[in-house]
Amino acid sequence: MTPENMTPDLRTAAPARRHVEHFVADFSETPLQATDKVQEDQAPLSLWGEAWKNLRRQPLFLISAFLILVVVAVSLFPWLFSGIDPASEACQLANSDAGPATGHPLGFTQLGCDVYARVIFGTRSSVTVGLFTTLGVLMIGGITGALAGYYGGWVDAILARINDIFFALPLILGAIVMMQLPVFRANRTAWTLVLILVTFGWPQIARITRGAVIEVRNADFVTAARSLGVSKFGSLMRHVMPNSLAPIIVVATISLGTFIVAESTLSFLGIGLPPSVMSWGNDIQSAQASLRSNPMPLIYPAIALSITVLSFIMLGDALRDALDPKARKR
Amino acid sequence: MSDYISHGPALTGPENIGAVVLEVRDLSVDFGVDKKWVPAAVGLNYEVRAGEVLAIVGESGSGKSASSMALLGLLPSNSRVSGSVKLSGKELLGGDASNIRSVRGKDVAVIFQEPMTALNPVYTVGAQIVETVRLHNEVSPGEARERALRMLDLVELPDPEKAFKSYPHQLSGGQRQRAMIAQSLSCDPKLLIADEPTTALDVTVQAEILDLMRNLRNKLDSAIVLITHDMGVVADLADRIAVMRRGLIVETGTADQIFHNPQHPYTQALLAAVPHLGQGGAGSEGEVDVTAALAAATHAELESVDREELARRERENAAALAAAEAARASGEPVLELTDVAIEYPKQGRVPAFRAVEGANLTIYPGQVVGLVGESGSGKTTIGRAAVGLLPVAAGKMHVVGQDISAAKKNGKQLHQVRRHIGMVFQDPSSSLNPRLPIGESIGEPMYLAGVAKGPDLQKRIEALLDQVELPRDYRNRYPHELSGGQKQRVGIARALSLKPKLMVADEPTSALDVSVQAKVLELFQNLQRELGFACLFVTHDLAVVDVLADRICVMQRGRIVEQGTRDQILRSPQEPYTQRLLAAVPLPDPERQRERRELRAQLLATAAE
Repeated sequence: MTPENMTPDLRTAAPARRHVEHFVADFSETPLQATDKVQEDQAPLSLWGEAWKNLRRQPLFLISAFLILVVVAVSLFPWLFSGIDPASEACQLANSDAGPATGHPLGFTQLGCDVYARVIFGTRSSVTVGLFTTLGVLMIGGITGALAGYYGGWVDAILARINDIFFALPLILGAIVMMQLPVFRANRTAWTLVLILVTFGWPQIARITRGAVIEVRNADFVTAARSLGVSKFGSLMRHVMPNSLAPIIVVATISLGTFIVAESTLSFLGIGLPPSVMSWGNDIQSAQASLRSNPMPLIYPAIALSITVLSFIMLGDALRDALDPKARKR
Repeated sequence: MSDYISHGPALTGPENIGAVVLEVRDLSVDFGVDKKWVPAAVGLNYEVRAGEVLAIVGESGSGKSASSMALLGLLPSNSRVSGSVKLSGKELLGGDASNIRSVRGKDVAVIFQEPMTALNPVYTVGAQIVETVRLHNEVSPGEARERALRMLDLVELPDPEKAFKSYPHQLSGGQRQRAMIAQSLSCDPKLLIADEPTTALDVTVQAEILDLMRNLRNKLDSAIVLITHDMGVVADLADRIAVMRRGLIVETGTADQIFHNPQHPYTQALLAAVPHLGQGGAGSEGEVDVTAALAAATHAELESVDREELARRERENAAALAAAEAARASGEPVLELTDVAIEYPKQGRVPAFRAVEGANLTIYPGQVVGLVGESGSGKTTIGRAAVGLLPVAAGKMHVVGQDISAAKKNGKQLHQVRRHIGMVFQDPSSSLNPRLPIGESIGEPMYLAGVAKGPDLQKRIEALLDQVELPRDYRNRYPHELSGGQKQRVGIARALSLKPKLMVADEPTSALDVSVQAKVLELFQNLQRELGFACLFVTHDLAVVDVLADRICVMQRGRIVEQGTRDQILRSPQEPYTQRLLAAVPLPDPERQRERRELRAQLLATAAE
């Protein structure tokens, strides 16, 4: 093939070579109507509303939400779930390591305490520590992360370095060391634990918040708000934060579970809540002495702990799917 | 040249030019969304012959891309395809995966829209072409390298050896697209699917890539399916056209039939909505014969136009230029730039970047100034600086009578000035807060400025919605419930809420479909006449500026290279860059586009001398 016999312009040659049909679709089958019509009979739906609509149909969400509701109800009103108040009714050594009996469905511990009642009444301390630690972490981590991400520059540099320092300290190890301090050792309450867990737990939320804020900070609608006279801080509160909340909520929900585990771990190690306070961690610790002869007093609180933690993590996953469709698995 | 095509199955003698390469029958594509099947394409029928370009045209959501990706089995897993697709008589659908994989890349190749993401950034361009060649042919690495270099030469890359060793990020956008084309041609495909091949490129680069594709079509004799939304591109390249709307083909025919005798109302509406460069003025006397203007300005002669005919057109053009009234220029300037330089401040170790240098520009009340340029020309930078979002590094900038070049960032003065400026953004989806109902977005500036509160504010919001022709009860809806055009109307309403003296519009229609763009531009124009605000209209699209602007400023690499009234710029462009830019805009009309193409070739030839 040489340049001479290449067709110079096929457009002129094409119609001569063959007949091209001019096809036109039936007008009645392809009517012209407004393409971009909003369904006006539908109620307006915000993004939160849409996420809620999506959540309601997810079995994962329904199961975890139900479990969490039960756990919260138990921790608020434990006497509704157990006829025995283990705090006021002394344990009967006669029942030591006894199996299930009427009124005592899960049997007794080595000291003759009712396992079921202790599991029910131990819920509150675990949930309290988990919930308030998460709130504290959200406050401190959320505020520092948002300021660092939004203002950037030296604010970011300082806050990010402080963040890194705390991030480098492992949660449990840091808590063990802190609990040895005389101030804390003298007041071992749920609030001390919350304080210490918040101290080592906030960097994670701060990082997530910082990332989410940076992502939204440069969006056009923030620039638009700024150019229309919204103050810098005002646009952070009104425009940036509402759009950065989704990932923060997800991580907070998941970390709530891990804080409950941390509380139990510290109590198990004997440096968390004092033995006088009923908690799953304490129960597991005291039951390990009789692990071989009677494992049940250890297994039941462990199951309660697992279910609670699992339902928070499942809830976090379901929320991630609903709030952040991009992260959804295919 | 002939040795480029002396191998492989694409070589066809003159006797079998026009053999059917691709035959599509009853092709339907559905996507599973929320456990329901949503049709993306319904019962498509078309065929493409060797050496022929079929353009599939449609707006977003018409199913043009989905149906073409279905040919190759490149759709996501939540899709369903039915019908028959035959490549040279061989059925592609329904076979097993290895069957279609052997076809992909060898017999059918795809050119994607965005060459930056379609090429793998961690391998050199050459390595990627060699890989494609060796995947489908049993050749030695040396031979594959030879072939890759020939391909890079074929796509007219200036230095094939250098391009071979380059990583994708080291090439410019146009060069990357050429490398992509070289890769897709490396196995002599029978069918080439070009999915919006020039959409991500600047007009001058687009014109070069279109030239290249036209040359290749003549050299290689592949069948080409061109998917695009741009009628200008279609007019430049297509032999036959299929117009798609909402998953259906509404009309097919030759380029001539579709452009000159459109039958379906949608095709007619679509063609009417495309802004023609030169036809922005009111009535026929406002029409500018850009080709004649360019020919006059560069003393060019065209083969495709009779010399006397051209001379007559040039004379008409000159007469119209003389008759054109000077742009309205009265009162205190709303925006005045004197030798302005604008820098992006340094961030960490990244040094400051000077995006605009020595800019002089004046906008009088009620005037619309179009700021035109390609990507990186600094046009958006000027727009942002006018709103005080970027600091002025040198020179003086006066906005509504106040000198803001020395204003403190976030200071009181800037705050004052901003109340007189409205800004409309490019991307309607990201310029509205997704968590706020649109009524609140519109009302926020008025509430903050203390202009209105309570029921009065609600009334003002309703009035603004009326102005942009949206129903009042949209007030409580959220941005994601609205279409792109509707969102952009909300953006305009918000920008108008404080009755600005100056409106800065940054590519407000470039993210919209043509038919929607036409409506939004019309609305914008009416509002401008009615309310009389001055406007700085930033865009890359000359045809859009032509519709709106009284004055046009052309920017190149941070400098304003030419400015004047619409008639001066379009009828008598002086700067070579302006001429090149005007010549590169494809006309949605095959004949006129041929004239324009010839003129452009001459322009480039004289520039090269």
